[in-house]
This record gives sequence, C-alpha cells and structure tokens, in this order.
Amino acid sequence: MIALIKYKAGNIASVSNALDRLEADYFLAETPEQLDSADGVIFPGVGHAWSAMESLKENGIDEWLKKTKKPVLGICVGMQLLFESSSEGNTIGLGVIPGSLAKFDESKAKVPHMGWNTFSKKSEHPLLKGIDSSEFLYFVHSYYAPDNEFAVASCDYINPFIAVVAKDNYFGVQFHPEKSGATGAKILKNFLDFVYQN
Amino acid sequence: MLTKRIIPCLDIKDGRTVKGVNFLELRDAGDPVELAQRYSEEGADELVFLDITATLEKRKTLVELVTRIAKHINIPFTVGGGIKTVDEIEELLKAGADKVSLNSSIVRDPDLINRASDAFGAQAIVAAVDAKKMNGSWNVFVKGGTEGTGLDALKWMKEVENRGAGEILLTSMDRDGTKSGFDLELLKKVNSMVSIPVIASGGAGTIQHCIDAVQLANSDAVLAASIFHFKEIEISDLKSEMANNQISVRI
Repeated sequence: MIALIKYKAGNIASVSNALDRLEADYFLAETPEQLDSADGVIFPGVGHAWSAMESLKENGIDEWLKKTKKPVLGICVGMQLLFESSSEGNTIGLGVIPGSLAKFDESKAKVPHMGWNTFSKKSEHPLLKGIDSSEFLYFVHSYYAPDNEFAVASCDYINPFIAVVAKDNYFGVQFHPEKSGATGAKILKNFLDFVYQN
Repeated sequence: MLTKRIIPCLDIKDGRTVKGVNFLELRDAGDPVELAQRYSEEGADELVFLDITATLEKRKTLVELVTRIAKHINIPFTVGGGIKTVDEIEELLKAGADKVSLNSSIVRDPDLINRASDAFGAQAIVAAVDAKKMNGSWNVFVKGGTEGTGLDALKWMKEVENRGAGEILLTSMDRDGTKSGFDLELLKKVNSMVSIPVIASGGAGTIQHCIDAVQLANSDAVLAASIFHFKEIEISDLKSEMANNQISVRI
C-alpha cells in the first residue's frame, strides 16, 4: 500500500483524488507507525517551506523520512524539503538530497513560475518511463533547486532548475503531477509501478 | 518555455453552470463538472469557477461542487465569488480547489490577503480586480462591477502584490461582454508594474484579441467565458493560432 502523508501543508485532496483516478491502493498516514506499514510514500506539500517543515516535525515524520529505505516521492514543497535547506524562511530541510533552494529573481520575470512548462531529461529514470520532453507539466513555485548531479530532469525558467530529482530511494518532482493532466497521471502511475516492482 | 495559459471561466448559480450576457437572461447550461471536463479535454490550461449564487445556502453548495470538480478534473482550478474569510478559503482549498479568487472582500479587508497568503501560500491566492476607466485613470469596482470604490486600480494591484497575492485576475469593466478586445493599455501598465502573473479578462471576442493580450500587453494568461461557452472559438483553434504567432502554448 502507498501511504500519503497527511499533515498541515499537504494538498491531500488533489493528490488523493489523483490516486483515486488511478484506482491506487493508498491510505493517509499521520504518524511514523502508520508509515511503517507502507510499501511506498507520497509526500505532498504546498505553501511555505518553513511552516511545512514545522508541521512535519509535529509527529516525528521528519525523522522517519530521513531514515526510511522505502521509496518516497516528494511533490512540490515536499520535493523541496528533501534538500538540505531553503532560503524560504531559512528552512532546514530533511537533507537527504544535497542542495539548497533559492528564490527566483523577480527582476527578471514574473514570480511565481506558474503554469505549464516542459522539462529536459538528463537521464533515464523509472519515474519518467514513457514521458518525453515535449510533454507539459504544471508548475507553481517561487523557490527552485539549482541543477545538480541528482537531477533526472531539469526545467528552465529565469535559470535552469531541477524538475525531477532522484537519490537512492528518494524521488522528487517540482511540478504537480496530480494537476498535470494525463502526463502527470502517468508519472504517478510510474511511481506506483516502481513501488510494487521493488 | 513557460506557456501562456487559456482559462475558460464558468459562471455558477445554485451548483449549475449558467450562461448569459452580462449576467442578464441567465439560462441553465448544465452540469459544471461535465462542462469542465469538456474544456479540459479541449485543451484548457486551467479553469475558473465563479459562483454568482446569492443565497444563504451558497457556501454549502459551492463546497460540494468543488469537491465534485476536484474528483474529476486533473488540471488546476480557481474558485471565486463572495469568499470573505480565511476559514472559507480553507474549506474550499481542502475540498480540492487550487486557488481562490478574492474580489470585494479584499477591498473591504485588505489584510485578508496577508492572512490568507501566510496561511496557504501566495500560489493559492488570486486577487480579482474589476477596473473601469474614468477620467484617464482606472478605478476599482466591486460587487460585480456595480459599486465604485474610489481606489486607483494600478495602485491597488501593486498593493495586492505587496500583501502576498500570487496572481491577479484583471477584468476590464469597460470591455466585459463587449467582445471588442481586452483593455491593452491597462494590461500593459499592470504587466510592467507587477512581478506576479496577470490574467487578462473582459473583452475577448476573437482569436486576435487573445493574441494581442499576450503579445502586445505581456499578459500571462487569457480568460474568457462566452466565446468558449457559445463555441464561437474552439480552444484548440485558439491555441494553434497562438502557436502560429510564435506564442508558446501547451498543445
């Protein structure tokens, strides 16, 4: 079963609706004990990185996430918190992926980066199986992860940044697959397939 | 490349879609979820649902509708119409809306933008501004464009940005329903002044109008209701014509 982390900063409704449309088996998890029974974990997130991190700490989910060997998919702010830190509220993240989030330069273009954009694949990854670089994903964010060696796909807005990241059992997507039409659904499905094949 | 967005707007009354011209001669146009699905399949990038119900039962019906839309639609959507408090916003976001659009309530209580933005993030807060040109400048109108506020629209839009709105939905009251094109002069001014995305609304009548809003006035998105409802313009035709004009769109 997939656990969908339920905490204050999660956009639970959108992600659970998307999982329902995929007829996925999942449950909402609010404690480390509940997460222990999962085969894979989806870690959504919206809003402010600092408040998201704080509410994650309330039930000790942060510590669980740092230690787990189960596949974890972070979405948007969920992905951002996998990194070491974010300049949004000087947040210390989970630190399971190297890197620090920075804010887009508002003097160069509109911020947030809001809308549909494409990405370019840097390596093949099970999460992006059957997805090509001409497909659009829905992004909405003001902070970005600078491109690094763990980027599976990068996007360009104002500057290049990580669209999809993977390190060990941790995966993250900056866009919202649950809101990205058929392409987004395919990426969620790829994550489910990965969890059940491993 | 970030694409320009095409956003059909659906007017909702008592949980049903209504079509009319300038809110007159409203007639039932069916189930909002079905229409939303149709738009989504035709290539809409986002959807806006504007509730024009004026009864006490409104909130409950709207939350139920948002829940139903969110179950079926896999693109982002905004809901607006008479939203006044952080609690109401929370209820709609939890039901599955991605953004809420605030209009009259933020003019009365500008701090609502700060509170809502702090609580849910700027990305969830759309400031809807209805502007009307008077003596060479634009004034903010509320209550469906019926009541002037004396606020200067440009100053107000800078203020909503500073207070934490993530996006502006700018409707020209002069152009709304006229199909004579967007107020490019106003859009140009706003787009050079704010650094958050601006949705152009009011006046769409032809494909060229939409191209102009993006190309001449730098708008980030184009919103329209009747041209899509009455199928005067197909979303797919609009998008391919925009692409022919070197505008980046999602096709």
